[in-house]
Formats: sequence, C-alpha cells, structure tokens
Amino acid sequence: MRTFDYTRVRGLEETLAALGEPGTQPIAGGTELVNWLKEGIEEPRRLVDINRLPLRDVGFADGVLRIGALARMSDVAADEIVAARFPVLAQSLLLAASAQLRNMASIGGNLMQRTRCPYFRADTAVPCNKRAEGSGCSALHGDTGAAAIFGWSDRCVATHPSDLAVALAALDAVVVVRGERSERRIPASEFIRLPGDEPLRHNELRAGELITAVEVPGGAERSYYLKVRERASYEFAVVSVAAVVRAEGGTLTGVRLALGGVAHRPWRLTAAESALVGVDLGDTTALRSALAASFTEARPLAGNEYKVTLAQRAAVRAIQEAAA
Amino acid sequence: MTTEGLVRPDGPAKLTGAARYAADVPAESALAAALVSATVPNGRLAELDAAEARDCPGVAAVLTRADLPTLAELPSPPLGYPALPLQAEEIHYEGEPIAIVLAETLEQAQYAASRVRATYTGVREPIAFGEAEDVVPHSGHVLGGTDEEKGDAGAGLAEAHVTVTATYTTADRHHSPIEPSATLAWWEGEQLVLHSSVQSVAVAQQTMAALFSLPPEHVRVVCPFTGGGFGAKGYVWPHLPLAAAAAKVSGRPVRLVMTRAQMFTLSGHQPATRQTVSLGATRDGRLTALRHDSVNASGRAVDYLENTTHSSTWLYASPAIETRMRVQRVDRPGPTPMRAPHEGPGMFALESAMDELAYELGIDPVELRLRNEPDVDPMTGLPFSSRRLVECLREGAERFGWAERSPEPRSMREGNDLVGWGVAAATMDTFRAPSSAKVRIGADGRIVVETGMQEIGTGLPAMVQAVVAETLGCDPGDVEVRHGDSGFPPHAGTMGSMSAMGLGSAVQAAAREVLAKLDGRQGQPLAGLLAESGLTELEAEGRWSPEEDALAAGRSARYSMHTYGAIFAEVRVDADFGVVRLSRAVTRYAAGRILNPLAAHSQLTGGFAWGYGQALLEHSDVDPVLGRFVSKNLAGYLLPANADLPDLDAAFVEDDDRFANPLGAKGIGELGAVGVAAAIANAVFHATGRRVRNLPIRLATVLSEP
Ligand SMILES: Cc1cc2nc3c(=O)[nH]c(=O)nc-3n(C[C@H](O)[C@H](O)[C@H](O)COP(=O)(O)OP(=O)(O)OC[C@H]3O[C@@H](n4cnc5c(N)ncnc54)[C@H](O)[C@@H]3O)c2cc1C
Ligand code: SF4
Repeated sequence: MRTFDYTRVRGLEETLAALGEPGTQPIAGGTELVNWLKEGIEEPRRLVDINRLPLRDVGFADGVLRIGALARMSDVAADEIVAARFPVLAQSLLLAASAQLRNMASIGGNLMQRTRCPYFRADTAVPCNKRAEGSGCSALHGDTGAAAIFGWSDRCVATHPSDLAVALAALDAVVVVRGERSERRIPASEFIRLPGDEPLRHNELRAGELITAVEVPGGAERSYYLKVRERASYEFAVVSVAAVVRAEGGTLTGVRLALGGVAHRPWRLTAAESALVGVDLGDTTALRSALAASFTEARPLAGNEYKVTLAQRAAVRAIQEAAA
Repeated sequence: MTTEGLVRPDGPAKLTGAARYAADVPAESALAAALVSATVPNGRLAELDAAEARDCPGVAAVLTRADLPTLAELPSPPLGYPALPLQAEEIHYEGEPIAIVLAETLEQAQYAASRVRATYTGVREPIAFGEAEDVVPHSGHVLGGTDEEKGDAGAGLAEAHVTVTATYTTADRHHSPIEPSATLAWWEGEQLVLHSSVQSVAVAQQTMAALFSLPPEHVRVVCPFTGGGFGAKGYVWPHLPLAAAAAKVSGRPVRLVMTRAQMFTLSGHQPATRQTVSLGATRDGRLTALRHDSVNASGRAVDYLENTTHSSTWLYASPAIETRMRVQRVDRPGPTPMRAPHEGPGMFALESAMDELAYELGIDPVELRLRNEPDVDPMTGLPFSSRRLVECLREGAERFGWAERSPEPRSMREGNDLVGWGVAAATMDTFRAPSSAKVRIGADGRIVVETGMQEIGTGLPAMVQAVVAETLGCDPGDVEVRHGDSGFPPHAGTMGSMSAMGLGSAVQAAAREVLAKLDGRQGQPLAGLLAESGLTELEAEGRWSPEEDALAAGRSARYSMHTYGAIFAEVRVDADFGVVRLSRAVTRYAAGRILNPLAAHSQLTGGFAWGYGQALLEHSDVDPVLGRFVSKNLAGYLLPANADLPDLDAAFVEDDDRFANPLGAKGIGELGAVGVAAAIANAVFHATGRRVRNLPIRLATVLSEP
C-alpha cells in the first residue's frame, strides 16, 4: 500500500474543490476502496473522507424517492417507505454482502464498486485490461463460467457485481452527480459502462465529480429481486433479476426487468418487456417465449452457456414472485 | 467422566482478545517483513532489480538469495515443500518468494516489495493436472503401499451379476484458517527464538534446528494458540526459515505475516484427485470385486500423496480388492494434508460408487452397506479393534426416517424444489503419535499441567482438565493447563486427529504417577496428601506412544483400527436453477470413547461444514496460462456460511477402543468431514436423477442436461 494523505471534509463546495486536485479520491464506507489500496488497484495520493457531508437522508416527496449518496445500505433497506413501496430495492440491498458490510457501505460507493473478476482482483499484476490498458484479458483464455453473456468486448468479458444497480435500473432511477460547475443526471441503467474499447472506464462519473443522490420515481409495490447464487448468503449473484410489474386480473399490463451477473452493467430486457404485456401470469410457457425476445442477442462464451438458460428461468420466477 | 458441559478454560481469553497469537507478540525493534513472490510458475530468476525498493521510506534491507545463509536440505515432510525459497535460481511454483523486504512498518515493507522488479528466463507453458504422467510417488507422504491387492479383481468383476465403473474428481481446495501463518523470529547469540503459528512446536523446533544446523535445544518455539490450521501449519513452510534467516542477517527481530494471497501458495492445499472405482456384485448385493485407482496433483519437486484408496481396503467385505495410487508432478505450489486428507477425497469416490451400485441393483443403499459388513479387515485379515459402522447406519437411518424414502429418483417434489435423500458411510484412519505432559501439584493443592501442545480451537486444554479431574478425582477447574512451548514436554502435534488420545493418555499416566507417589487415592485432597508426605511440591511426567511395532503414522499393525460414521442428508434442488440447498442432515459416528461431549459435538458440526464446502462450494482453479491459483482471496474462494447449514442432528454411538490407547479414545477432528460430499451427491441424484461425479457440485452442472 502506498502512503497517502487523509483529510475530512464537511461541505459540498470544499469537497468538490478537493476532488479537483489530481490523485484525490473520496472515501465513504471504505469497504471497496480499502481493498483496492491493499491490492494496488488504486494508488491515490490523497483520500477525502466524505462521511460528514449531509448526504445521508432517505425521503419521499413529490412522487420521488431520494436517497442520499452516503446513506448506508442497511439504513436504506430498513427504511419503511423503501420496504413498503420499493420492495425490489430493499431486497437487492438485503441480499448483498454481509450485515457488517451493509452497515458501513454507502449507496454511492455501491454503484462505484468494480468487477469481481479474479484477475482484476489479483494480488500481483496479471494481464487485465481493466487494470492496465493493453495488457490483455486473462479471463478470456481461462474459466469463463462467471463471464458476461451480453455486451462484452474482446477487451473485457467481466460482469458488474452491484445488486443495487440492477434494482435501480429496473426502477428507472437516476444517479445525481455534482461537478464543480454543474449537476448531471444519469439514468441508473447507463451509469456503469460496458467495456467496449475503453475497459478502464468503469462508469460515467468524470474526474472531480461526486455522486450526491439517487432518485427513484413513483412506487413499485409489486416488485421482486431474485438472486441466484451457490452460497446461501454473502455471495455475489451468478445471475439476478429485478422485476417491477403491473397486472390486472392475472394478466401483465406492464413489466420492467433488469438482469445482473450477465453484463458489465444492469441489463434491461426491453424487447421482452414489450412482449410480456398481455401475457397471463400463470402461463409459464408464454412467459418464457416472451422473454426469449431479449435473448437472441446473447453471446455466451465457452463456459457460460448455462447463464442463458438460467437467466430466462430466473426472470420468469421473478415476474411471478413480483406479481404474487 | 466429569466432563458433561465442560467449558473451555481458554474461552474468556479468546473472546476478550487477551489470547496472544504469534503475529501479536510484541518485540522491541522488530522489523516487518514482506515477501516478493515469483509471478511465473517455472523457469529461472534472471534479474532482480531492488534499487527502487531500497530507496522507499522505512526500508532497512531487501534480501535476495545472495544475502541468505545456505540451509541444510530436508525432505517433505517435515518441510511443506522440499525446495526452500531463496536457495536457488530455479522457480518451483508461482508465488515462490524471491526476495524479502525488511522495513520499520508492515505497510512500508509491502509497498517497497511491490516496487521490486524481477525478470525470468526459460519460462515455459505450465503443465496442468491431467497433462502429466502418472508416477509412483516416493516420499514420506506415502502411508503404506501405493498398490494393494487381494484376490483377483478382474475375475471378480467378470463374474459379477452387476458392475459399476465410474470416474470421480475432487477439486483443489485451501485450508483458509482465519489466522494467517506468521513467525516472529529473533536470535540470542546462537539461540533462535520463534513465535510462530504452527500445529506442532515440536516439528517446528526439530526442523528449524536441522535447517540451521543447530542442536534442537538451541531453538525455542512458542505457540500457545493457533488460529486454525486444518493442516496448513502442520509441516514447516517458508515463513519459518525465512523469518529466522532474515533475523540472522539483519540482527534484529523479524516479523513475517503471510498475506491471505500467500496462504494460497505458501501453506499447502488439498490437491485435486481423479479416481476410478469399479464394483462388482451378485444380484443380492454382495461385492465380488472392488477396484479403486487414484491419481492426485502434486508439485514438481514434491510427491505429495492423497492416500485415497486406503479406506477401500477395509470398509466392505469383498473377495477381491485392488487399489492403486499415483501422482502427477505439475506446475503448482506444494500440496499438503488438509482436514480429512486421504479418506476425505477417497470416500467421495467409493461412497458415490456404492450408491450407483445400489440403484443398479435396486437395493436400498443402507441395506447394501449392511450386506457387505466384514467380520475382519477385508485386505489384511486382522481383527477390528472396534467397529460400529452398523450401529451408525442403523441409528442414523432411524433418526432420519430413512424407511419412508421413496426409492425412485426425482420422485419427491415440493413447489419448485426437487427433494432427495442420500446416505454415505464415513471412515477415517487412526493415526497415533507420541505425547508427553508434566503434572505438578503445589502445596496449596493447585495442579499445573505443562505440555507442548498448542490450543488450535479444538478445546484440548479442557480435555486435559477433564482427564486430570477424572484420574485425581478433583474439579476440572482446579487444573491449570500451560501449553505451546517447546520447553514443555513434547506433544507430536495438533494434526491427524491424534491429539486427544495421545495427550490424554500421557496426562493420565502423569496424574496416575502423582497419585502413586503420594500413595493416595482418587478424590483425596491433594494438599493434604502432599503435607502428609512432607512435600511442598510434586511433579511427574507422563508419556504415551503407540506400540513399538506400529506402522507409519502410528497406525496399528495388530488391528484394523479406524473410526466410522454414517451421514444422512436431505437436499432441495431448485428445479429451474439447479441450486442445491441442504435442508436436513443426521450424522452418527463411532470414534472410541468421547472425552468431552461438548467439544466433540462441535468437532462434528465443524467437520460437517468442512465436508459441505467440499461438496458444494470449494474449488480453486489453476490458470492454464499463468499457472497460478486464479482467486487468492476469500471473496473469490467460497467457504460455507452459516446460512448454508441447517440444524444438524450429530451424535456418537457408544464406542470404546482400548486397543488404540489406554483412554479408549480415537480421533474425531477429521472424521466429521468425511462422507458428507458423497451423501450430498447421492441425495442430489435421488432428487434430480442427475449423477454428479465432479466436486464441487455446481448449479451449472445440475442445470445442464445429463
Ligand atoms: C466481501 C464483499 C462482499 C460484497 N457483496 C456484495 C453483494 O453481494 N452485492 C453488492 O451489490 N455489493 C457487494 N459488495 C460491495 C459493497 O456493497 C461495496 O463495497 C460498498 O457498497 C461500497 O461502498 P463504500 O461506501 O464502502 O465505498 P468506498 O469503499 O468508500 O468507495 C468505493 C469507491 O466509490 C467512490 N465513492 C464513494 N462514495 C462516492 C460518492 N458519493 N461519489 C463518488 N464516488 C464515491 C470511492 O472513491 C471509491 O472509488 C461486497 C463487498 C465486499 C467487500
Ligand atoms: S474480463 Fe475484464 S476484468 Fe477480467 S481479466 Fe479480462 S479485462 Fe480484466
């Protein structure tokens, strides 16, 4: 670990000014960043502790749920409005990490977390385009069981691990970020980036910007987060589904679906969402064929064909659970 | 015995953090060490550029091969890997240390270590397990013969009414103790002092003395507490000699603590195995032949053997038995025994094959095992010292409700879950080793026991109290146990499930001698007896060791001496997702006399969790190009969590083995991990009709069409 300076800030202006200095990074719960420091993934010169900024509130006003970037995962999951009106959100948080981590981990930090690809997390430098541009992708010649089936490039086949991001994508949430000069509002489904030709760019946040809040419109009483994993708790998803549905008399009238574990960002199933309208909830076969509309573009690798099957089955189950 | 509900004397110190582990021992002016590791799996070190590292803040020295003393050559065991780091230019495995950075703080040392640049020559594509030749292993890891034979297995298979032949694999696994291995070393003239996290201060002392060409009494090893080992700290791994050598060169104490990543390469692992079992049987389910071939991965310079086929020679009656074990020398760090070595991987193959045979025959799997219960050891003809497998199977089946089972695979369903039941036998070899202890009585009647044993989490101090209390008739709380110093009477090591019987027998002998010297009887107040004899203090040393004709690892030459168990598991497999969850399990074990039921029960449940990991979660992959374990951290290497494990109904059946040792006790630390994987795999077959022969059982496999 390289030695670094540490300062604590209290106000937004002060923070943005500090973040403008090269080599400076904010630290919130530290549950991700400290790992990066230890593995040499990041070597900042200065850490700015933003935990005293007034960005912890969770509130519902004018039909919008606003979650401060520094709200803790556990606090958001326990919030009464979140639990009652946005079950998918509460569930995605409660199924993530461990109780101890959720007590420390912030919402902003969660969206900033990086892939769990083991090569990216290696103790010594191994070829990985997300660590060093142009060094290659070790995962491509290794075990591709955990890799993406959508949206990967020959530069990087990793998936993004955030459960929260998947729920937010299905909820059409917006990530609010502040730079020194202006505020930007980025759709949650686009905040994390596909690797493309620039695998080093993990997300849309620009240097010097801070996430201040996440905004979620409306309510999503009939919603569900399904996380498929081999260990019963404290594990990232093999595949996950966030489903938000509307139904009348057993027939779907509106569906929003996002998948986790299949791409380096939450993967919205827009084609399937249209095809699902009018489908009978009890008709599993019809649900399956409507979902297939979004899987024609799946590009599984040698070791992860199973994710194509698993993701579709998980989506069916999530829709049915959300409607139940 | 007065041990019901006995609690650990070491408990409060552990809970409050007062218990001191090797890395916590304060040492004035100690330097922190960090290792620079090879990033290639073979070849030679061409150049090491440490200039930048030497200039980093706080750095006292960067030690390379030229700086270190040449150490004596020793085999494995007692070394974990026979080629010690920094003794040659050759790279033996990825992760091998190539330099040591010494600095004032750990962070400084680690940062400087990251600034050392190495180049290599002669690096070739790594050879993976499965790509090398099967060879007959030659090392101290071979227990008994690699090839055993009785009768004509070929003929037995040919004349069988039903045969099954299948190949099973187990995965590379890591011990992952919570406390990483660590050594704090300093020299006092020619005397070497080591605070180290080990499973045997005796092995560490003897081996370090040999490596540094010192008389053993010049080496003191201290380790009262070990934060888990599971085999990773049994033999001598690089942190010990490297810390001692660095302390010698620098003239200051050196503290070397393994990182989690280094624990994946510098403390052994359980190597992958590939095993083929063939069984032949008559229509009524009597075995006519049993053949078990096994090969495991080992390192290039070490023949570590998983003695997987041994249990196939004693578990079931068969007129013909043929076993064979080989290793492949491939590019990887050195393997070592890990909780339930040998039978752990071996019984997955045998007990899966027995299940396959039961389905082929249409005979209940419990009944099939009962029908093949032998009267004497099937291979050697020796009598059993004690064997209660039948009782384990019967009692377990009864508690589980096995009689209600519907025999057809895929015949039980609840909602989205396919429900399945599976059974497997467990057995473990009985390793035994010498032990000794001193019992001292003070004028106030206080009793102190001293032993080289280190408390590794299993509860040995409480066991020592219990044995003293039973022998002298005192209260367990009257006994103070001091442990984990090579200055105390030696104990072979907390490994191989052999501590309770060896140490317990030694303590019993010492306590009996105290009583004899005082001419006293059990239960008489000791202070009074001492005063009557006109003494202010009395001590006696007790020793125990296996009979002289005992075989390697203290195995009995006179009896077929093993422990047994039966595992019954119920799984629920999500029909759409292939996710396997364990919903219920009943286990019964026979392991001699149980000295401390509370601690023993916790060994069984912990052992079960260990087997669960083998069954459903743990696998470490070696990268085909880089020749390294891909994921060297506990976020990428999954161990079971509490949520994975249902309530277990785990218990012992009545047993007592006076042929094993005077206490009648045998080993339980590893037995609990055996058979779990087979029981779960068999239950998965019953649930789904999908036979999974490769561990761990992954959802991708269960999901795929057979
Ligand atoms: C073992 C383990 C298991 C986990 N399992 C899961 C899981 O199952 N599902 C899941 O979703 N997550 C999981 N996580 C990830 C966890 O949720 C994140 O580590 C956590 O949310 C990060 O938040 P933090 O506040 O600790 O971030 P920090 O570690 O403080 O920061 C992380 C990054 O975000 C930046 N940052 C923090 N706040 C802001 C802000 N407001 N604006 C801009 N940048 C910011 C920091 O500069 C840093 O780059 C797991 C983590 C661990 C260690
Ligand atoms: S998949 Fe991406 S993160 Fe993983 S090794 Fe390849 S480039 Fe690196």
